[in-house]
Amino acid sequence: MDVIYAICPPKVLAQIFVGLSRTTILFIVSSGLSLILGVLRIPNVAHGSLYMIGAFMAFTISKVFGGGDAGFWAALVGAPLGVALVSLAAERGLFQYLYEREHLMLLLLTFAVSLIFGDLVKIVWGAEYKSVPVPHIFQGYVYLFGGLPFPLYNLFLLIIGPIVAVALWLIVNKTKIGKISRAAAVDREMVGAVGINVSWVFAMVFVIGCLLAGLGGALVAPTVSVTLGMDHTLIIEAFLIVIIGGLGNIWGALLGALIFGLTQSLGILVWSQFGIVFPYAAVIVVLLFRPTGLLKSTW
Amino acid sequence: MLKGMLEGRGRIWWAAAIILMFLLPFILPRFYLYLLSIILLTGLLATSLNLVLGYGGIFQFHHAVFYGAGAYGTALILTRTGLSPWISFIVGPLVSAALGLIIGWVCIRLSKLYFAMLQISLGSLVWIIVYRWYSFTGGDDGIHGIPLPDILSSSNNAYYFTLAVTLICLFAMHKIVRSPFGSALQGIRDNPVRCEMIGINVKRHQLLALMIAGFFAGVAGSLFVVVDNTVFPDMLFWTLSLEICIMCLLGGWFTFLGPMLGAAIIIALRTFVSTYTTYWALVLGILMALVIFFLPNGVLGYVEEKIKKGFIEPVIKE
Repeated sequence: MDVIYAICPPKVLAQIFVGLSRTTILFIVSSGLSLILGVLRIPNVAHGSLYMIGAFMAFTISKVFGGGDAGFWAALVGAPLGVALVSLAAERGLFQYLYEREHLMLLLLTFAVSLIFGDLVKIVWGAEYKSVPVPHIFQGYVYLFGGLPFPLYNLFLLIIGPIVAVALWLIVNKTKIGKISRAAAVDREMVGAVGINVSWVFAMVFVIGCLLAGLGGALVAPTVSVTLGMDHTLIIEAFLIVIIGGLGNIWGALLGALIFGLTQSLGILVWSQFGIVFPYAAVIVVLLFRPTGLLKSTW
Repeated sequence: MLKGMLEGRGRIWWAAAIILMFLLPFILPRFYLYLLSIILLTGLLATSLNLVLGYGGIFQFHHAVFYGAGAYGTALILTRTGLSPWISFIVGPLVSAALGLIIGWVCIRLSKLYFAMLQISLGSLVWIIVYRWYSFTGGDDGIHGIPLPDILSSSNNAYYFTLAVTLICLFAMHKIVRSPFGSALQGIRDNPVRCEMIGINVKRHQLLALMIAGFFAGVAGSLFVVVDNTVFPDMLFWTLSLEICIMCLLGGWFTFLGPMLGAAIIIALRTFVSTYTTYWALVLGILMALVIFFLPNGVLGYVEEKIKKGFIEPVIKE
């Protein structure tokens, strides 16, 4: 163990792991955003609101089940599904009519929806802080490398991240809907011409993307205080991650989330007051040298 | 329509409207003067955004940064230095113009959505610095009770100052839009490749436009300091930027006065709605969605369209 500590002091190592747990949340949310951007070409500002709704739904579901372990697992399944339903309604009711319009209009429309969602959350859940308990099995710490305390829940997050990445990759690359959606992203008319209902394919992709936002919200709920406005900073972060990773590229979202999460957690060590500046600076550096993102974009 | 408004009989109407605006302090109570001042300066801000968004076709999604930078530039000079207050009103906009140049220079190599995103990222960086730098900018508290020169401290005079500066800036921006530079900018919006071919330096034109827009946004920020005596970091937050975009869209972003109208509608409505409910964002969201679906060219754009089709008799004949 001394070898590891010699290369990397425990303080730095601890921050790296904190950064990696943050990365997981960022990745899950931004991969959904990236999927929607890549296939539907919607810069979905409401994605952040869906993340917030996911967290609030997790609070309610966990409370309904008594706040214990059962509540946590029910929330983990129920909240993303609830968010998926909300997003399906938004897509069928609003967004589907505007796919042909320019990005500016779509962006402003999704912003309008995010304003509406924000106030609806205020109406349904109120403006107070909410907290979701960490389930019993994930309470406590593991000791990494013989002595570095690390919350069990964060370890759980580190396991969930790769599972989501692989599952998403399988859906996009190996399933029929994934193949159709990739084809539709390239040439919508052609896919329609061979007799596929592109409109519903787009709806499915949108719902899957938003489901990920809800999952991110449900996963983050036990670690933060669930509150109004938690969508505002996250959506900007998610957009930046998607941009530096390459629009529509799932692995790009992972890479971008890694860069963002790690520069943020390590930046705090360097300069605690302005630690949050570092990820933004990293984004600027990346875009100066690779203007269209690190990995190949689907656009 | 605009051309008609500024020539012949249109001029008389405009002169009458402006004189009326100058007479308003004798009739209106103080609160409405404050509201009117806010509308004027926000309209100026929206018009400056429209210079690059509507006329330039550049996706300037984080315009509020320049508004905030102008306000903070003015406020910091007023509170932290012994310089003449009038210098601060020049420094604020110049800070914004410089910031516009820097951010524009970094972003301009990218196009459309990538430009917008890099711009939002740089703007958020500025926001975070303002938000966190307690010792210098006052952090999330902002700066309150900014001392103003005596002549501006009464609400009537603050209104007159805002009105005069806004009119001068609108006039200047109108000149810019109608100048060869403005035509080149609109040409670039419609067909950048062709403009490049006929020898227009596209990037340099866009950069200059971004700088000019930044400058006028900074003027609006300085005016806010005069009217409200405060600055706070939310003035640089990205949600405000999108709200300004909505003002442009609502008023009509291919018309010169559209953004001013949009700002007036939104601010008046916000004040009205806020007296009844705290759910202003909900109302704004629904309004925006309706505008995007049914009035994609905005209110003024719609009126112009109808006039062209001959459904409405033009009020002011060309």
